Parts: sequence; C-alpha cells; structure tokens
Amino acid sequence: MSIIIYIAVMAAVTYLIRMIPLTLVRKKIRSRFLNSFLYYIPYTVLSAMTFPAIFYSTGSAVSSAVGTAAALILAYIGMPLIVVALAAAGTAYLAGFVITLF
Amino acid sequence: MKLSKFLKGLKHGIPIFLGYLSVSFGFGILAVKNGLSVTEAAAISLFNLTSAGQAAGVGIIAAGGSITEMILAQIIINLRYSLMSLSLSQKLDKSFTLPRRLIVSYGITDEIFAMASVQPGRITPWYMYGIILISTLGWVLGTILGAAAGTILPAEVSDALGIMLYGMFIAIIIPPAKINKGILVGVLIAAAASAALYYLAPFISSGFAVIICAVIAAALCAVLFPKNDPANVEDGESA
Repeated sequence: MSIIIYIAVMAAVTYLIRMIPLTLVRKKIRSRFLNSFLYYIPYTVLSAMTFPAIFYSTGSAVSSAVGTAAALILAYIGMPLIVVALAAAGTAYLAGFVITLF
Repeated sequence: MKLSKFLKGLKHGIPIFLGYLSVSFGFGILAVKNGLSVTEAAAISLFNLTSAGQAAGVGIIAAGGSITEMILAQIIINLRYSLMSLSLSQKLDKSFTLPRRLIVSYGITDEIFAMASVQPGRITPWYMYGIILISTLGWVLGTILGAAAGTILPAEVSDALGIMLYGMFIAIIIPPAKINKGILVGVLIAAAASAALYYLAPFISSGFAVIICAVIAAALCAVLFPKNDPANVEDGESA
C-alpha cells in the first residue's frame, strides 16, 4: 500500500481528534471513569510502546539491555529527557563496541 | 496587538522548539530505520505533530499493517488530545471564529497545551499561531536532521541511536510513576501485557498490541485509582 495513504490517514485521524472537541464540544466531561482513563492513557501507551520493543531497538540484545538500564537509572534520578535519551544511545553504542572486542 | 501576541507566542515556544528538535531527531532516526525516506519522515512530522502516534504509525507502515489498524492506533494513542482541546476550548477568547479554531486545532500537543493553559486569562489566536509555528518548525527540522543522520552515519552509530526515542519515553514515564501509584501500576501492567502479547501472541501486530495493552492498563487504573481532577493532563508525553 502507498505510504502516502498511510500518512494521509494518520494525519486526518490525528487532526479530527484535536479539532472536534475544540470546535464542537462545549460541555465538560463529567464521567470520572473517562477522565481517569484519559489521564492514564498517555503513560500506558508509552509503556506498551517501549516494552519490549526497546530491547530490539539497537539490533543487539546486549547493547539494548545496557542502554535500557542506563535510561531507567537516569530517568529515576530525574535527568532531563535529552540527557536520558543520549545516555541510552551512548551506552548502547559503547556496549556494542565492547562486544566486538571479544 | 496581533504582532505582540504573535511574538509572545514565538517566545513561549522557544523551549518547546529546542525540546522538539531533540525528540524528533530520535523519530527521524526511527523512521529511516523502518525504511522511510527523509521526505516521508518530514511529511509525517509536518502533518501529525505527535511523537507516540508517529512512532506507532511508522511501525504500522513498516509492518504493512491495515488502514483499520492505523486508524484505531491513532485514535487510542492520540485520544488525550481530545481532552486537551476540550479544556482549551473553555479558555479561547471571543475572536476565535470557526476558521481560527480549525487552524489552532492542528497544533494541540502536550507541551503547547501545557504552555497555553497556564497563561493567565483568555488566549488569543495570534498567540497560538506563534507558539504553534515555532514548535512545528523544531519538530520538522529535528525530524529532517535525524532522518538525514540515520542515512549518513555508520551502521553502529545509527543502530545505537535507534534507542533514543524509547529512552525519551522512559524519561517521560518514570518521574511521574515514582510519585503517582496509579501511573506506576498502569505503566507496569502495560509493559507486562505488551511483553506477554509479544512473546505469547506474536500474530497480533504491534499497533493492535499497543492499543490492547494501553486500554486494559488505563481502564484498570481508572477503576483502581480514579482521578478527581480532570484538568491534570499536561504532564503527558512529547508533542
């Protein structure tokens, strides 16, 4: 299937999600369940996307695992986004380099 | 008046520009690793302006997934924007005609929503145009740089950079999970369910797996740890 169709569908759906409430809906969401669900959804989406895909993200299980560990530790101590991301890539690269020595 | 609001929007968008530049660099790398061209990656960023939705979309494209899968994945992953749009709709000033609402709808992201919603008083169209313009610029520019780097850099380097976007996702979910039990439980359930589907039901495509796991985990948390404050949506993921 053409990539253009995929991109057009993605863009249209994403736009409609943002546009419909901003133009049409004027009432507040009252459902406590729905509000809670919408609150948790970003975190559960990111988590489901990250695991287990992150362990296959560098093409090597060992370097991915090392990068993941670095990201978890640095995120836990509250490092900024870009530091965590670059450290994950840096440690994954180093681990991949070390593996080639053996 | 319009100009000063526009400039204020641009100024407030500078930190978002810088953040997006680095996050979308990771997306650009991911896109070319999945077989997309620099132009295609840039087009996705320009027309979508959302990190998790785009990353999932690229995965679906690479796997040759169905259009239904793409639609469902984008709805579930980007559903939170509806809540942000809803919240922002209460804050728009009187000059927001329908065409202006249609334009601003394009740029409702986590960061832009967070910045706009903490402004005192009502927000104007030109303020939104400014903040959306500079943020989009950072998002598309970073994508192009990342995608180009992904095609130029040696394989070992671009392989290692493939973990960047996931590293950012971890940096987004861990700090709030540390202080919020509901988020922690949701994150753990989603990760466990995702791993279980990946190894036990590999015939389920990655897009559907994300939808199933995220919905189950969020619904469980909504029952177990209901929220009282519906406005608390600004601490989501990037773009």
